[in-house]
Amino acid sequence: MKFITSNFVRCAVKSCDGTEGSFPLNFQDCKLQLEEQEFNEEFIISMLERLDWSALVKVASQLGNNAIPPQKPSLDDINEVLLKDLHSLLLETQIIEGKMICDNCQHVYYIKDGIASFLLPPHLAK
Amino acid sequence: MKDYIIFLAQSHPQFRKAELESLADLYNIKADFSQHNKEHPFLVVQLENDEEAYNLIDRAILSRGIYELWGHGVTIDELHENVQKNMGKYIDKYIEDTTFKFENLTFQGGKKSREEQIKMYERFAYLAFKGKIKMKNPDEVFTILENYSLGKDLFPLEHPNHLWFGRQINISARSRGVVEKYDIKKRPYFGTTSFDAELSLLTGNIGQVKKNELIYDPFVGTGSFLVTAAEFGGITIGSDIEFLTLKGKGPKRRLKDNFDYYKKPLQFTDVLCMDFTNNAFRNNLKFGSIICDPPYGVREGVKVCGTTDDKLGRENIVIDGELAYLRRDYIQPKKTYSLDLLLDDLLEFSSERLDIGSRLCFWMPVANDEDIPTLIPQHKDFELIYELVQDFHKWSRRLLVYVKRGEGFNGVTVKSDDREGTNNFRDRYFHKFSEKSKVVK
Repeated sequence: MKFITSNFVRCAVKSCDGTEGSFPLNFQDCKLQLEEQEFNEEFIISMLERLDWSALVKVASQLGNNAIPPQKPSLDDINEVLLKDLHSLLLETQIIEGKMICDNCQHVYYIKDGIASFLLPPHLAK
Repeated sequence: MKDYIIFLAQSHPQFRKAELESLADLYNIKADFSQHNKEHPFLVVQLENDEEAYNLIDRAILSRGIYELWGHGVTIDELHENVQKNMGKYIDKYIEDTTFKFENLTFQGGKKSREEQIKMYERFAYLAFKGKIKMKNPDEVFTILENYSLGKDLFPLEHPNHLWFGRQINISARSRGVVEKYDIKKRPYFGTTSFDAELSLLTGNIGQVKKNELIYDPFVGTGSFLVTAAEFGGITIGSDIEFLTLKGKGPKRRLKDNFDYYKKPLQFTDVLCMDFTNNAFRNNLKFGSIICDPPYGVREGVKVCGTTDDKLGRENIVIDGELAYLRRDYIQPKKTYSLDLLLDDLLEFSSERLDIGSRLCFWMPVANDEDIPTLIPQHKDFELIYELVQDFHKWSRRLLVYVKRGEGFNGVTVKSDDREGTNNFRDRYFHKFSEKSKVVK
């Protein structure tokens, strides 16, 4: 699972829909791996508009990265250093193993062999 | 407006017009393709300028190339007469120092000898180009297109029944070899259900995959649609209920490796293991296109999370002091689900996640003896713009293409409850589409 995906997913349980704790998920006990990717400025910039910035800051901090500015930088004052940091965090950081916990219902999702699973047990599936 | 001629591929001709219209729409090109004929591999269209012509064909899969049309005729003499009449309009800028070459492309024609070709090209001497002939990367390519009919012996007749002459504007992705490039067997990871390269590329065009937009395949499998969507610049993401499919066949043999193989690693975002009907993508995440081949399940039926037995209390089972369903090794049971309901869910989900004007495209199989129109799902926010059929004798699969419309569109809703028939394709398939296996609600 690439770090960027953590910004796209919430708890899959229907009754958690829209609750504060269901997004972002709380990432715990994660094993990370860095996979080098070619830096592409245009690509990162096009990704920015898709990101939920506060969720990004929160999950980054859960994974031990506190270097992300708390406010989303505007396109004017974004610099190459930050873009490279984002590149490294969003696209090069892979979560190989770990837990994603919904702070609303406390359900635990696992990342196994680099793949995040959102399958639900019968009592939580609709 | 100028005349251009498109040399079409004689492959899946029933999908060609939809592809051209979709690409025209993608690049805001106004063009009339009503003269398109499935039997005929040449199509004349009027376009504003060369740029439009270039864009229209650049990523096409079912076209070969596009040419500024200088003249045509049913015989070679008539062609020359016509070119000489029209050449004044086009020729000035090519006379001086433009390097050029001639080429001859035919539909169903036999191979000409080098002498025959040269003889054919020399008859155009009246164009009086002063630039040099250059066989490799010339500034301009001038093309003689010929259409041949076959005789009773199935060999081409001696003379073509129509000829066109024009200046090449662009050749298509197909002519540049993209279909072979994405041949399933060349990929590090593929499976028995991988979708054929030509049709997945085509689906990307009809689905209007756009550069740097997020493309979602909710039934990603081995990722055929995503790999080909990346060719068109899409940023791709997929999900599937089968963990093992996503895990791949071992190191360096999973979907991600296909993107590395095609040197498009950035275009691959992720694949997630997910039951589509219990979707984990946050509500405000929008997609540029949703394209898929839902698991109608000849090999496997449609599955979602859950059980059919009614044993209660399983959620209370504890193993080693931990609730079983919260453990890493817990395996979520799956139950079968109907294709019809899944398609309802797909339309509903897409209506929430696509912007106005964006497309949902998916393939749907159906037995040909069913009352097919009654099986096609519809949603009030979507306009069904194409229903393209690929026929396999007793059954067919359809590429259904929907465009998300805005408020006030108020289209028809045809949910599974409203549909008269049931698309139990899987049962019908296993009963060889017998009359008895047909279900009436």
